[in-house]
Amino acid sequence: MSISVNNISKHFGAFTALDNISLDIPEGELVALLGPSGCGKTTLLRIIAGLEQADQGDVFLKGDRVTDQPVKNRQIGFVFQHYALFRHMTVFENVAFGLRVKPRRERLGEAIIRKKVHDLLSLVQLDWLHDRYPDQLSGGQRQRIALARALAVEPSVLLLDEPFGALDASVRKDLRQWLRNLHHDLNVTSIFVTHDQEEAMEVASQVVVLNHGRIEQQGAPGDIYDHPANAFVSRFIGQTNVFDLEEHDADWLQTAGLSAAQQKGKIAHVRPHDIVIEKSTHHSDAYVTLKDWQHLGALIRIELVKSGINGHAASVYAEMPNDQFRRLHLNRGDKVDLRIRHAHWFH
Amino acid sequence: MNAISATSFLASKKLTLSDPDWVRYALIVATLAVIGLFLLLPLLTVLIEAFAKGWDAYSASLSHPDALAAMRLTLLVAVVTVPLTTVFGVSAAWAIARFDFRGKSLLITLIDLPFSVSPVIAGLIYVLIFGAQGWLGSWASEHDIKILFAVPGIILATLFVTFPFVARELIPLMQEIGHEEEEAALSLGASGWQTFFKITLPNVKWGLLNGVLLCNARAMGEFGAVSVVSGHIRGLTNTLPLHIEVSYNEYDFVGSFAGASILAALAVVTLVFKTVLEWKQKQEAAKQAVEVH
Ligand SMILES: Nc1ncnc2c1ncn2[C@@H]1O[C@H](COP(=O)(O)OP(=O)(O)OP(=O)(O)O)[C@@H](O)[C@H]1O
Ligand SMILES: [Mg+2]
Repeated sequence: MSISVNNISKHFGAFTALDNISLDIPEGELVALLGPSGCGKTTLLRIIAGLEQADQGDVFLKGDRVTDQPVKNRQIGFVFQHYALFRHMTVFENVAFGLRVKPRRERLGEAIIRKKVHDLLSLVQLDWLHDRYPDQLSGGQRQRIALARALAVEPSVLLLDEPFGALDASVRKDLRQWLRNLHHDLNVTSIFVTHDQEEAMEVASQVVVLNHGRIEQQGAPGDIYDHPANAFVSRFIGQTNVFDLEEHDADWLQTAGLSAAQQKGKIAHVRPHDIVIEKSTHHSDAYVTLKDWQHLGALIRIELVKSGINGHAASVYAEMPNDQFRRLHLNRGDKVDLRIRHAHWFH
Repeated sequence: MNAISATSFLASKKLTLSDPDWVRYALIVATLAVIGLFLLLPLLTVLIEAFAKGWDAYSASLSHPDALAAMRLTLLVAVVTVPLTTVFGVSAAWAIARFDFRGKSLLITLIDLPFSVSPVIAGLIYVLIFGAQGWLGSWASEHDIKILFAVPGIILATLFVTFPFVARELIPLMQEIGHEEEEAALSLGASGWQTFFKITLPNVKWGLLNGVLLCNARAMGEFGAVSVVSGHIRGLTNTLPLHIEVSYNEYDFVGSFAGASILAALAVVTLVFKTVLEWKQKQEAAKQAVEVH
């Protein structure tokens, strides 16, 4: 295990930020720490880095217990949410910093440092900016410089706190792919924090879902999506329709194709793409009306309104490829028949 | 379209808000008159009085042993107090900006205390503590330690009135800059001292220099607090401001104003330094901002 966290708890006054967290991350993985705002992602990352002290529990890096080691002895690279570049130093000096503060006997010669820094800057494709100050860079450029600076000391693990958090959508998309490739080339065990599930699924080889200071689930992105461990994960990862059987949805689910035998809990979560619709031919017992749709690139999201038995309407979302939807020849206000292919059941 | 109408709206707003010319000129003239009357005129008087009996009398009174002793003492006080207040200011600002602890706001208020207390009171505090009837007075005299009416007392009183200067300058600055760059330095393997000297200090250097400059000006110019504890012993415990007062009271106008001219020169030098600092700071910011496209 490259990073191992054992029973970590952290309190801020009476508030429990982390509640008995244990986590094992094998060598070379790129792990996403995913969770809603305030769930403790940054706190956990800072404890692994040694920037914060846990109340209880241990941190192991490469098998060594580092719980009592200060951050400078942990050989980590940390990329801060707001980059934290040294504002009075040029890009070059920023990246060289970690090499120049080494004790004299470990320090590399100036020529080697120069070469190394320029190599790193080339790696992040920004060597042409070496004499700029951080103020003169765009957000995406700062992000990459921060990464180059962290990589300069050849960390054994790389910790990134919302590396793309402050960037706009298109830059984020580019950088995600770039980070994935970079990780592939360097193969440094890395944890990156995000509250964007799409980002986690796209970039990471492992996803750890955190909520209220606890780990809800850990696994490969596909596993988590297909087999959410609980209602929180199911809701947080991807879109989902929630049907609560206590609100008289049982009968309705039966007509939608989930027989009583298939109903294995009180709450059913249904992914939009697990809902199949077609134009209703027998108007009498059609429950659902097509209200509207939105284009999501290749997919189309269809908003359906189900009038409940007790009278109040509820929205249900379905998704299907564009051309499939076009072939249905549906218009707003049409009655549709609805079939649920698969549901996740929770208590 | 929207943007255009918004800017033209702003422009017209500004136009109606801008005052007629005569108001502008009247305000400028009034400001200049006040500055002339209350700042430049006294400064000029100091120079005229100092040189009333010619250059020789001026230089003679400045090279009088008592005057020289006063200047030496003033320098000594500054040399001792400025580094102490600087160290105190940096550590206090560090503690306040970096850590959360009980009574933090009380501490900030306490740092401001010397600003709100009359300097005379500051002096009297030391008289009460170290005077013959004071709490530590008998202890000090038993151990043959002279504090009141001696250099240590003067330094203590000056420390009291100057210790907020550096801290006050640094606290808001350090709070604004935050802790992240220091954490980044630590994570890159820097030691605490390396982080302090390579990251923290460069980030606050202009504020720090400014604070040191103001602190120095005050240390050299302080009158009230020092006056109470000094005892006015000529050639021994008179700082330059006290020397000026004593000379004046003895109708030695040239000596008094010659001393005053030195203090005035110090003020001017301080101002020049301050201006240079601000200019340098702007230049550095500009240097960092060029070539942005
Ligand atoms: N120094 C602190 N003092 C008190 N409470 C804190 C402190 N730091 C964090 N917390 C609390 O701990 C909880 C977890 O904070 P943390 O910064 O780890 O959240 P996060 O998951 O990183 O959120 P975000 O996605 O918004 O960055 C939050 O509720 C926060 O209010
Ligand atoms: Mg965070």
